[in-house]
Amino acid sequence: MDAISLLTIFILSIFVGIEVVSKVSAVLHTPLMSGANAIHGVVLVGAILVTGQSDKYSLGFFLGLGAIVLAAINMVGGFVVTDRMLEMFKPKAPKKDEA
Amino acid sequence: MTPLIAHLSTTVSAPQAPTWVRLTELGAAVLFILALKGLSSPKSARRGNLLGALGAGVATVVIFFYGTEYYGEGLSNLKGNLPFILLAITIGSLIGWIAAKRVQMTQMPQMVALFNGVGGGAAAVVSVVEFSAPTANESKAALAATVFTVLVGAVSFSGSILTFMKLQELMTSRPVVLPLGRYITSLAGIGTIAAAILLVVDPTNTLLYVLLGMSLLMGLLLVLPVGGADVPIVISLLNAFTGLSVAASGYVLGNTLLIVAGTLVGASGTLLTRMMAAAMGRPLTNTLFGAFTAKAITASGTTEDRPVKSASPDDVAIMLSYARKVIIVPGYGLAVAQAQNTIRELVELLSAKGIQVDYAIHPVAGRMPGHMNVLLAEANVPYDQLKEMDEINPEFAEADVALVVGANDVVNPAARDDKTAPIYGMPILNVDQAGQVVFLKRSMRPGFAGIENELLFDPKTSLLFGDAKETLTKVVSAVKGL
Repeated sequence: MDAISLLTIFILSIFVGIEVVSKVSAVLHTPLMSGANAIHGVVLVGAILVTGQSDKYSLGFFLGLGAIVLAAINMVGGFVVTDRMLEMFKPKAPKKDEA
Repeated sequence: MTPLIAHLSTTVSAPQAPTWVRLTELGAAVLFILALKGLSSPKSARRGNLLGALGAGVATVVIFFYGTEYYGEGLSNLKGNLPFILLAITIGSLIGWIAAKRVQMTQMPQMVALFNGVGGGAAAVVSVVEFSAPTANESKAALAATVFTVLVGAVSFSGSILTFMKLQELMTSRPVVLPLGRYITSLAGIGTIAAAILLVVDPTNTLLYVLLGMSLLMGLLLVLPVGGADVPIVISLLNAFTGLSVAASGYVLGNTLLIVAGTLVGASGTLLTRMMAAAMGRPLTNTLFGAFTAKAITASGTTEDRPVKSASPDDVAIMLSYARKVIIVPGYGLAVAQAQNTIRELVELLSAKGIQVDYAIHPVAGRMPGHMNVLLAEANVPYDQLKEMDEINPEFAEADVALVVGANDVVNPAARDDKTAPIYGMPILNVDQAGQVVFLKRSMRPGFAGIENELLFDPKTSLLFGDAKETLTKVVSAVKGL
């Protein structure tokens, strides 16, 4: 894909990114930040790519594996902690003496 | 310069994955957009997050099907690295999962900071590896993107780790201003940018490590002078940084999905950061660099000696029971003491007596915007009792008692009246307009921002010292006994 196409995707994504969160209420600022944080954990894909192309036991190999571990922590941890936050936003049935 | 990777053609000329894989990646990109959209509304937030996780999962699986032309030696092989890659994914996932499941809700902000930091670190490392594997046709644009990823990813990494330490109270949460701090930061900033430009012009490994080191230093210098209630805004900013860094790494790798995902996070994160700063009533530049210009906050000893009115749990119980309207102002101290359930019990008791009780939620109550809503929801406090600042502020004048539990800065009238106060301009809850004010506090120590609160010395204010949970429990039993 040529550079202009990539640039086009980049610019359009900026507008989409701004548009989709423009109406978020203050209540959801924290979960939104946390969820967005998990999404950039997809850099895991990039880490897998570079590791898959590195010669075994080269410096790139070890750095790549390290990046995979870090990215996986970001991705999995991010989504799980966001889910824990949002679990509490469920509409509550009138059960009071649970906790 | 020895290439770390024998053959890796980068960016614009990168060979493409099979069509079905690319279409699946398009699907994942759409899922990310739907995820952010969903997260913006309370009803769809949880589903939104799950859609995001689905997108990320799908993207991770299909990356293994990029095929022979991309990997050179084919899928099953990945130069024989596949088992190691799978092991690394498993280890990382387990660490992330366990950390996320175990963290207490009060410590969530630092957890997010930490996750963000390792993500930024991963992006930086990917680009370091990528940089060391140049190909003949590598464009300057791709090189610039690589350098950008390393710089921004490293800033995000070290900045986030420092943020984590501040919130976890492994170090002071106050602003730390080094002597000549402003000049050091400016110099380091110029040096980092100069190193980045030089690296694009004349790429060498040595210079790359110099840039890496300087970027890490920059991250620390950027976060050190930020203190107290502003730390969450910095987390959000660094989150956006990591997003941009990931987008740039996508450009380097010629991976459209990374560009889309990273840019989405970068753009939405930047907007979110500005919204948070607006909730604190100050521009972002003030948040980041305010400490350099603000006058040193001297916790003068004189104020410590001034008389305050302290009350017993029984006094407070009587005050509350004979009120018509009570407003509760919960703060981080409530959550730290794990007293959310006790306060709910108290509110239920008072409501049963026919007293109108509401919670006043400051936008940045807790340690992050919206944090207090999460903490109270955890204790099954009904939504309709939580009132946001703009809605509740006119009601304080009609309230007989305002009960402030473990909050300080968000009710400090200095933010409204004292132009020299570091928090001046931050919107506050007008607790001082209530008939009587009760503070439940552990000590006379000032709040997170480290500023004295005049309201504590007001004649209509009573202070009830002690652990929020213990004292609230005593108040509850005193109310029951009336």
